[in-house]
Parts: sequence; structure tokens; C-alpha cells
Amino acid sequence: MDNLYQYLLSGLSNGAIYALIGFGFAIIHNATGIINFAQGEFVMLGGMLALFFLVFCGFPLSPSIILSILIATVVGIIFERLAIRPLKNAKPIRLIIITIGASIFIRGAAMLIWGKDTHALPAFSGNDPLYIAGATIMPQHLWIFAVTILVIFSSRLFFNHTIIGKAMRACAYNAQAASLVGIDVRIMVMLSFSISAAIGSLAGIIIAPLTMTSYDVGIMLGLKGFCAVIIGGMSSGLGTVMGGLLLGLLEALGAGFISAGYKDAIAFIILLLILFFRPEGLFGKKETERV
Amino acid sequence: MIKNIFRMCFISMVIVLFAGTVFAAPPIKIGAILSVTGPASFLGEPERNTALMMVDEINKAGGINGRKIELIVYDTQGDATKAVQAVNRLIKSDKVVAIIGDSTTGNSMAVIPVVEKAEVPIISCAAGVKITDPVKKWVFKTAQNDSLAVMKIFEHMKEKKIKKIAIITVSDGFGASGREQLKLKAADFGIEIVLDETYGPKDTDMTAQLTKIRGSSAQAIVCWGTNPGPAVVARNVKQLGIKMPLFMSHGVSSKKFIELAGEGAEGIILPSGRVIVADQLPGNDLQKKALLSYVNNYRKHYKVEGDHFGGHAWDAIMLIKEAIERGGTTPAAIRDQLEKTKNFAGIGGIFNYSEQDHAGLTKDAFVLVQIKKGEWKLIK
Repeated sequence: MDNLYQYLLSGLSNGAIYALIGFGFAIIHNATGIINFAQGEFVMLGGMLALFFLVFCGFPLSPSIILSILIATVVGIIFERLAIRPLKNAKPIRLIIITIGASIFIRGAAMLIWGKDTHALPAFSGNDPLYIAGATIMPQHLWIFAVTILVIFSSRLFFNHTIIGKAMRACAYNAQAASLVGIDVRIMVMLSFSISAAIGSLAGIIIAPLTMTSYDVGIMLGLKGFCAVIIGGMSSGLGTVMGGLLLGLLEALGAGFISAGYKDAIAFIILLLILFFRPEGLFGKKETERV
Repeated sequence: MIKNIFRMCFISMVIVLFAGTVFAAPPIKIGAILSVTGPASFLGEPERNTALMMVDEINKAGGINGRKIELIVYDTQGDATKAVQAVNRLIKSDKVVAIIGDSTTGNSMAVIPVVEKAEVPIISCAAGVKITDPVKKWVFKTAQNDSLAVMKIFEHMKEKKIKKIAIITVSDGFGASGREQLKLKAADFGIEIVLDETYGPKDTDMTAQLTKIRGSSAQAIVCWGTNPGPAVVARNVKQLGIKMPLFMSHGVSSKKFIELAGEGAEGIILPSGRVIVADQLPGNDLQKKALLSYVNNYRKHYKVEGDHFGGHAWDAIMLIKEAIERGGTTPAAIRDQLEKTKNFAGIGGIFNYSEQDHAGLTKDAFVLVQIKKGEWKLIK
């Protein structure tokens, strides 16, 4: 029984990470209709930048985090300006391929700048595990839960109650109509890239003390986030959170009761099944626009 | 008169220069194929650095029997096709007399048919048992077999009366080989493997596997992998409050592991080459001199600590150097002399090659070390 609790708790804490990363996918997809496969690299950038400021420059924690998010956001904006915007009216599939290229580029650049080593970031609030009903989690997991919840709430507020958020939703529904009523679609696309870069890097920073970070962590984390968002039906709300938690739980239970060898296989089999049978996601309604 | 003096000077200078080119023998060419970049760069990079450093040292000291060495290094990026191409190039266009490398077992195996056909000796820097078992005429290796590391751990467990263990191995070549050896040798030491878990090389959370192990009857855990996986295991073991002793492989015997695992590293025991505890060795240790010179030299050249991966290249270069000193510079002579190597105290251990043994080491090539307060402590 103890084991089960631990599997559940481990699964949920990993799931929260996947959800947070999945969020970035959803925001760009909903504003532009493309899937940004460079999302994982923003996660990596967050971790590596935080490491750079915190460990190499010796800055305190909060300025390091803020600086890292700012720089990652700027990278997101540059990426959109240089790689996405010049291709006016390109089909989404071409843009998606460009994002894959960009991810390889960012990864390569990170390798050249910071080298190939893995690095550990110090935990925000200590390394002493917390006991919950016989199971343990790290204090860092609480940070991840808290940030995930915060991000969901603020995105709710932003998309439903601010004029910019509403404008972004309008672009997702119908970009042409949105531009007719005076919304600058290009600005909204750029904004979506900067928001998702910021969220991605934030995710990268808060998970780095647990998972450690290196130039190539973005691939796998990005794919897991992608799974989460597909299960959640590309929603930038609860759907993705549920998708991430479900994925994390299934992985932990699969590793615990079947075999850890199938851990990644479980994630990708779910991804394939969902894409085959319920491409709108487990929690999405058929053929509706989602934001 | 002055003109004449100038002329004399000029002529004598020309003679000196000319003599220099005529009488200095051409350099001895040695090839190296190493995975300097790519997934095995943690092996290939220190190996290349070490090899270049050693060749530099040897040349500064006057070369081998008065001839300089020229080292030609090709980066195989951990790719077997590139390794085969590089070996072909080394043999056919660079015309090297001996080759060191590759860094990984897979690449080393891939190039064996090529060197056997061309009859050029190769000293692999990879650990896989199958490289020299069965013995191949032209193939030697310097990295310690995984089985030796396994035996060193089991020997210690037997002493401590540990009978039931759980193993957690990474699902790549290194982990698979370790897992095979652990399962093969356990019975010889009266040890039973009660749980056999694996994890992926890029996994960032092993709590599920370790929870399972926590609930089992195991008395100790053995983790087999290279960074960063084992560091995650060490952290997760601490997180889950598991009190069983944790053993690791020689794959993590670098300072990087202690840095990554943080507090989780405390108390972990692992087999390692002597290089990380060179200064703690007793004075009568045969390898101590070589080890200290390597460690100091490496620190001087590259401003970082040398590790035992680089040591594999040190051994390979020095073995070739000694073979050439004894027997000449043709590939066949080098091979024959390599096979006659006796009591060569290198970085990886004391090498004794023979017709039946091209790996040359015993389990004493490893020492057991324990991590205490972030430092390696030799277990005596």
C-alpha cells in the first residue's frame, strides 16, 4: 500500500511538470495553429540560464529567475521575428518544420555556449523530503504544483478578462475577422510566442533542481509536454493539466507494476492512441475552437 | 674578408639545415579514433586530451629512440560507420603503425575486421568484455572489463554478509553489459538478485523503481550507469528515505557525479580505477608514480582533474611507446611486443598481456572507494 501511495505521488509530481510544459504548446497552437516543437528548448534555456546566473555569476535566486525568464522570452520573440513572421501565409506544416529546425539550432547553440555537461541547480527550499501518508516528495515538487496552479489561474484571468487575452482568442477563432476589427494579428502571434517562451523557461527553472539540466534535456521533456497537451486536447486550461497528471500517473504506475522499461513507451503509445481515436483530446469537445 | 666570413657562415648554415632534414628520421605515425563529440564525449574528450598531452610529452623528451611521434586523431562522434571510415583512412592514407580507440565498445567491435585485414595493432579504450574475448591477434584493450568491477563489488558484499540485492541498470550498452555481468557473477559469491530494474538514459525520475526496491527484501542496491542517471538514483534514494547501502559502477567515478548527486552521494560505494584516489594510495603501490604524474600533468595542461577515462588513452599510448622502444616500428613488431608486455604499471592497472589475454588486468585494477563529505575515500 505504501508503494501505491508513492507511485501516485511520484506520478502526480511528474505529471505537473508535463502539464506546465504542455501549456506552452497550447498557447502557441491556439494563437497560430502551429505546434512549436522548439518548446522543449525553452524549457532547457530556462534551466541553463538560471544555472548560469545562479551558479556562474553568483546572483541570488529571484533575480536569476527573472533574468532567465526575460532572456528566454527575448529568444522566443527573436525566434518568431526571424523564423516565423517572414513566411507570410505559409502552411502550418511548413512552420512546424521550421520550429523543429529552430529547436536543433537552439540546442546546438546551447551546447556551444555551456558545453555538454549535466548540471544540478540547488533546490529552492532544501533537500529534506516531506512525508505524506508514508510517501515522500521533495519540497521542490511543492514549488512545481504551486507554479502550475498559478499559471493556470493567471492564464484563465488573462484570456477571459483582459482585452489582450480576448484579442488573442479572437485571432485563434478567425485571424482574418480579428484583423478586420482592428486587432494586429502579428502582434498577437508574437505575444503568444513570448508568453509560451516565458512559461517554458519558468518550467525549466523550477524543475532543474530535481531533474538536473543539460543542453539536451529539452527533447524528452518537450515530447512529454506534447503528449500531455495532446491528451488534453490542446486546451490552455484544465485539459492540459489533466493530460499531464494522467500521463505522469500512468508512467509511474506502469513503471511500478509492469516494468520501468516501458515507461517512455507508455507515454508514446498513449500519444498514438489519442491521435488515432480522439484527436480532439480526452477532454475536448469535437470540432470546437479551444483557447 | 668580411664577405668571406658571411659566405662561410651561410654555407655552414645551409649544411646544418640540410643535415637536419637528411638525418632526422620521419615521425612515427600513430592513429587515434575517439568519440570526442556525441553521446560518448565524456569518454572521448578526456581520452583525446590525454593522448595529445602524452605525445607532446614524449616528443619533448626526445621521442622514441630519437624519432618523434605524430598522433593523428579522428573524431568518430560515437558513430560506428565513422569509426570504420576513420580506421580505413588511418591505415590507407595516413599509413599509421598502430591505432588507439575507439572509446565505446560498439565502435571498437566495428573496426576489428578492418584492422585484422590490414594487420595493424589496435588498443581499444572501451570496457566491453567481447572486444578481447575471444582473443583476436591484432586487438588489445586498456579499459578494465565490467566483470572485474562487478567482482570487486561482490567481494565486498560477501565480506559484509550481504546476500540479497536489487539492481537498477540503465538501458544502454553500458548498463546492459553491467546487468549481464551482475547476473552472471552473483551466484559465484552466494548473492541473489531479488529485483532487476532498469531506467532510460534520459529519465529524470526513478522513484517508481526505487519504491519497488524499497518494498523488497534486498539488503543493498547496485546501480549501473553513467551520468546523469545514477545521480538521479542517488537523489531519489535519499528522497525515499531508503537506508540500504547503495553501490554504483565505475561509470560514475568522476567528480561530476558527486557534484550532481549532491547530498545523495554520501556513503555510496563504487569500484574505480586508482586515479581518483592517487594521493591516498600507500607508498608501495606500483601504480602510484604513474598516477601522480598523470594527475599533475593533466591538471597543468587542462586546468581540470584527469579521470580514469583519460587514463585508458594514457595506458594505450605508453604501451605502444614501450613496444616500439623494445621492438621496432613495424605494425607486426609492435603487436608482438605488446603481447609481451609484463608488469606495466599504468593508470588503469598493472598490465600483463599474453597470447591468451589481451585485456591484461585482474580485479585488482579496481579499488573500492566510498564518498564521504563529497570526497573519495579509499576503502582498505
